[in-house]
Amino acid sequence: MTHQLPKLPYAQDALEPHIDAVTVGIHHGKHHQTYVDNLNKLMPGTEFADATLEQIVLKAQGPIFNNAAQVWNHTFYWEGMKPNGGGEPKGELLAAIEKSFSNFAGFKEQLSKMSVTQFGSGWGWLVLKKDGVLAVVQTGNAANPMTAGDVPLLTCDVWEHAYYLKYQNRRADYVTSWWNTINWDAVAARLNAAKKK
Amino acid sequence: MNTPDMNERVTRRNLLRNLGLGVAAFTARPLNRVMAAAGEPLHQPPTEFTLPPLPYADNALEPHLDARTMEIHYGKHHQAYVNSLNAALKGHANLLSKPIEQLLKNLNDVPEKLRTPVRNFGGGHYNHVFYWNCMKANGGGEPAGDLAKAIKKKFGSVIAFKQLFSATATRHFGSGWGWLVKNRKGDLAVVSTPNQDCPLSHGQIPLLTVDVWEHAYYLHYQNRRSDFVAAWWNVVNWDAVAAEFGRQ
Repeated sequence: MTHQLPKLPYAQDALEPHIDAVTVGIHHGKHHQTYVDNLNKLMPGTEFADATLEQIVLKAQGPIFNNAAQVWNHTFYWEGMKPNGGGEPKGELLAAIEKSFSNFAGFKEQLSKMSVTQFGSGWGWLVLKKDGVLAVVQTGNAANPMTAGDVPLLTCDVWEHAYYLKYQNRRADYVTSWWNTINWDAVAARLNAAKKK
Repeated sequence: MNTPDMNERVTRRNLLRNLGLGVAAFTARPLNRVMAAAGEPLHQPPTEFTLPPLPYADNALEPHLDARTMEIHYGKHHQAYVNSLNAALKGHANLLSKPIEQLLKNLNDVPEKLRTPVRNFGGGHYNHVFYWNCMKANGGGEPAGDLAKAIKKKFGSVIAFKQLFSATATRHFGSGWGWLVKNRKGDLAVVSTPNQDCPLSHGQIPLLTVDVWEHAYYLHYQNRRSDFVAAWWNVVNWDAVAAEFGRQ
């Protein structure tokens, strides 16, 4: 199957001023697109030629994994944000966060720390563990928590390309601003879907 | 544009080179560390790592590497590695007084809880010093002498070497570095290392490096890493590479 670049779920400038339009345009139109193109070049003739993206992420290694996981991770990142996002989660998601992290502020601090301290390129994540507890993790390069059996609920891209044009070396400032773009409804829907599985 | 101060720095560096101390020695010696306070004997060991001067002006590598990138790369990123290394090693005078090469060559001798900070921040410090010293204003061109002979013997031609080096650096996935190294047997090799890993930690001697962390090129080249690497060849200081090659 041929993989496609999913359409950005909002306009390029929709996340301004927190994430600027030029960054979103290059990030989606160049970086994300390149991972899709590379994956499509690598697939023919492999055991993954007819596999879904998630199957590839769960089973592949090397360049196929890198490109497939980066396609998956970026789509997940875009869908976790929206214009006029941010604020606080509600209902079951908030209850789950408070149960696992004492309170929302404590959770925010921990996920920010995970994202800021990831050394090199990578991602900060909120995940649902097998035992039903929420946790924050960091992964390097393309690595994805699904391969460890965790269910991703929210991610922050901390490859430098995600923020360098606007924030340069100030990754912490980017992560602080990123909280203003979170689509908590999307995160709540992911938690619901995971619990039904 | 060189200020008198920059000329002085460059002269001092060339002097060290001519004395046979070379890039790595220059980076390792207490010249780059906090010296003992005035009046104290000069043989006092250094008490922390410091950021050595950039061997040229921020804009010296234009148009290939823009001044703003250089300013942030050197003044913010490199400085942060030095600061983080000092913070991690605070209270460990025996480690703070050692040349960074020695720590990176013998990572397993570093206490386990300090090994990752030394690898990441110490590597970040050493790799950046090495990178700055691999470049110069009006650089580029071709290697000469014994270095050129060794490159042709190993890779067939300088063009073939450049193609391999560029491809290795461009294809490296994620943050890292492309290197020309001399391995234990004395053979040249082209390798890449992730994040701030240093070839010294793998028993290899660095001769030339290009930084392919996105911060090295993103303001000017964005996603076009291959364009950055192609432009970077125009600032390579082949004399410095030859000095490293001859010294080892």
